[in-house]
Amino acid sequence: MAVQGSAADLSVPVLDLEEDDDLEVFSKNTSVADGSPLPTSPSSMTNQYHLDREDPEESLEQNPEERERDLFITVDNPESQVTAIETFIMYRVLTRTTRGDFDSSEVEVRRRYQEFSWLRSKLEESHPTLIIPPLPEKFVVKGMVERFSEDFIETRKKALHRFLQKLSVHPVLSHSPHLKAFLTAQDLTPHKKQGPGLLSRMGDTMRSMAQSMRGVRGRAEEFSSLQDYTDRFNSTICSVDRVTQRVIREQKEYLDELRQYSPTYSQWAELEEGLSETLKGVARSLDLIGQETEGQVQELSEVLVPVLHEYVLCADTLKMVLRRRDNIQADFEVKNEALATRKVEQETLQEEVDSLADRLEQANVALRADWRHWRSSLRSDIQTSLLSTAERNVQYYEKCLAIWESFLLSQKVDPAQHQNQEPSS
Amino acid sequence: MMADSGSEDAAVIGNTDISSAEAENNLRNTMVEKGTSLLKKLEITVSEAEKRTGKNSVNMQETYTVYLIETRPADSGSEAGTPVPDMLWRRYSDFELLRTYLLVTYPYVIIPPLPEKRAEFVWHKLSADNLDPDFVERRRVGLENFLLRVASHPLLSNDKIFFLFLTDEKGWRDAVLETGFQDKVDSRLKSLSASFRVKNPDKRFTALKQYSDELNAVISQLLRVRARVADRLYGVYKVHGNYGRVFSEWSAIEKEMGDGLQSAGHHMDTYAASIDDILEEEEHYADQLKEYLYYTEAVRSVCRKHELLQYEVEMAAQDLAYKKQQREELVTGTVRVFSLKGMTSKLFGQESQEQREQRLAALEQGIQEGEELLKDKNHECQEFVQSAWKDIERFKEQKDRDLREALISYAIMQISMCKKGVQVWSNAKECFNKM
Repeated sequence: MAVQGSAADLSVPVLDLEEDDDLEVFSKNTSVADGSPLPTSPSSMTNQYHLDREDPEESLEQNPEERERDLFITVDNPESQVTAIETFIMYRVLTRTTRGDFDSSEVEVRRRYQEFSWLRSKLEESHPTLIIPPLPEKFVVKGMVERFSEDFIETRKKALHRFLQKLSVHPVLSHSPHLKAFLTAQDLTPHKKQGPGLLSRMGDTMRSMAQSMRGVRGRAEEFSSLQDYTDRFNSTICSVDRVTQRVIREQKEYLDELRQYSPTYSQWAELEEGLSETLKGVARSLDLIGQETEGQVQELSEVLVPVLHEYVLCADTLKMVLRRRDNIQADFEVKNEALATRKVEQETLQEEVDSLADRLEQANVALRADWRHWRSSLRSDIQTSLLSTAERNVQYYEKCLAIWESFLLSQKVDPAQHQNQEPSS
Repeated sequence: MMADSGSEDAAVIGNTDISSAEAENNLRNTMVEKGTSLLKKLEITVSEAEKRTGKNSVNMQETYTVYLIETRPADSGSEAGTPVPDMLWRRYSDFELLRTYLLVTYPYVIIPPLPEKRAEFVWHKLSADNLDPDFVERRRVGLENFLLRVASHPLLSNDKIFFLFLTDEKGWRDAVLETGFQDKVDSRLKSLSASFRVKNPDKRFTALKQYSDELNAVISQLLRVRARVADRLYGVYKVHGNYGRVFSEWSAIEKEMGDGLQSAGHHMDTYAASIDDILEEEEHYADQLKEYLYYTEAVRSVCRKHELLQYEVEMAAQDLAYKKQQREELVTGTVRVFSLKGMTSKLFGQESQEQREQRLAALEQGIQEGEELLKDKNHECQEFVQSAWKDIERFKEQKDRDLREALISYAIMQISMCKKGVQVWSNAKECFNKM
């Protein structure tokens, strides 16, 4: 299952990267999710304790994209499947890897949205305080988007691709057995039956709701500030998304009106003699401008929007992750209080408290590390997409500039001249 | 006077960074170079606009705008500095009166149009209010343009009333009314019926009328589209201003990305603000189109006058032919054309020889007069056609020249807008790079 060596081998990090020392922690954590008791003691955790290390610069340099990647996943080739009961889309998921624990270096499977959703749930269960990348929404509420329209499928396919991309470079999640099963198993059905089912998950939800009512007593400052950031990030990223949608809408309306310009100039050209060539030149130029504008509008939708959308969904994930961490802390505090007040069953209670303390520690460490990872992704993704947008806009204006300059040249006017007055002959 | 090759290299198009004020100046210079004797003597400007209130003809309080017309000797480029100009104030209705006078007095000339009375073809952000300072400013420019057009016309520039308009603040009104031009105004009904009934219009005028109608339609269409495009473009630019606000918010919660986002946000604000100037300049282009839109009405006017004159010729000829017919009948005693006299004489008996001779004499008189009238009308019509056609040729060259320059300056404006766009987004790119 896990990539690392035996549980006893704590001091040797498997991957030669600082952040991945935390991986050690998770080789044990999977057993927690399965309900079996934790075999270790709190002291073993201090070896991997990285709280004091405050070097955001370094961790940023360990950008997921710059690591040695050994797992490459693509999602493509959507095809609709028709059965007696339903119609749905299957996507091809192609994996290329050099990892030893994969049976072959190249695997291809076909998956539907439901199965992606299953994968994400499993990952959430196994790693409650990790920031799992979001999936595209199940339903599209706004607009009359056909479930099987080309645009919708294309957008969803790209989002699913991004989802697996993010997983493939995640220091912890990329090694999840669930991911491996998803990528390789021809038939996922047996895997879907494992692990805590829906009911137990619901039980967890009830418990955590009850406890979140109670509140967390000694929440560290750092997590409060993460909460704060998350709230503000949520509203900000939604604003950015909204503004971008608005920009696209305005640009499309502009394009619609612009398209009427050229034909009118052409119409005029037909009436004229001496002026005809000049008017035709303007009409031609406006035609070309229209084409360029079309391309520019598309760019925004294809590059910036998906990224913003993904991070809008992430904002929800962040909230949930912080809440889960809070719940784990609440669990611990309840038991700890019980330990202090109850006189009977001290030994059992002590064991429980210890295990909960471990769990809390693991959760905190995992969250911190993944927060850094997520922040670095955020920065990289946002920067890339904003840069791309700005670059595209620069290109757009440069192309339009060239179109008008070429018009001027056709009128035997030198656009580079800067003299104010020329004597007419 | 053919368009010389120099017009391709004319001032305004060489400089891609030219502002609308400079373009206006260049147009004025072009007109001066063409050189009427008036413009050689006098430099004319409409330099200011002011609001006034006063009682109008129905004794009600109203607010109106007056425009300052300044005239100074043309060769004032001496080192002594500019001499004090002659100044007087006129309101829009004064200009209208002048124009009507010119229309009536020179019906074979395509009289330059006035700037629009009310703002038309506005895109929504621009005010349609006549008292709006931007509108007043554009009108000021338009009125100056009108005066320069008249002053550079070979015929109109020599008109005395025009000269008085420029120089005599109080006496002008009386002078223009004294010309009695109002009596010469053709009734609308007359000219309308002429349009329908003329049988042999000059084909050139028919073609010209059609052209002017089509030009009117296409320029109207163009102005409408332009207004809508301007509206939309305004929306695109302004919406980017929201990025400024949102990036600012975002920069407050990000440590590393903060500076980059914040400064990119400023560039977005700059981008959003830049559209105001861009569209302001484009308004100038729209005004140039509007001038020619209104010119089509002046062309139509000339065509209508021709139709009227042609109609009068045809009527005179028809009348003459009828009288001659009657004479023939009277002489030969045959009745070919129905006439009441003929009928009554058939019913009530022949008239006496004396009566016949009286009638004949009267007819001869009428025929003579009719022939004189026909000659006059023909002459009038021919002269009109000759003069009109000369002016039409002049106008065509002017139109081609002006509109070509306008289109070129439109392209230059677009280039300037694109350069700004490149600048802003390059700056934003730099900021994103530093994130």
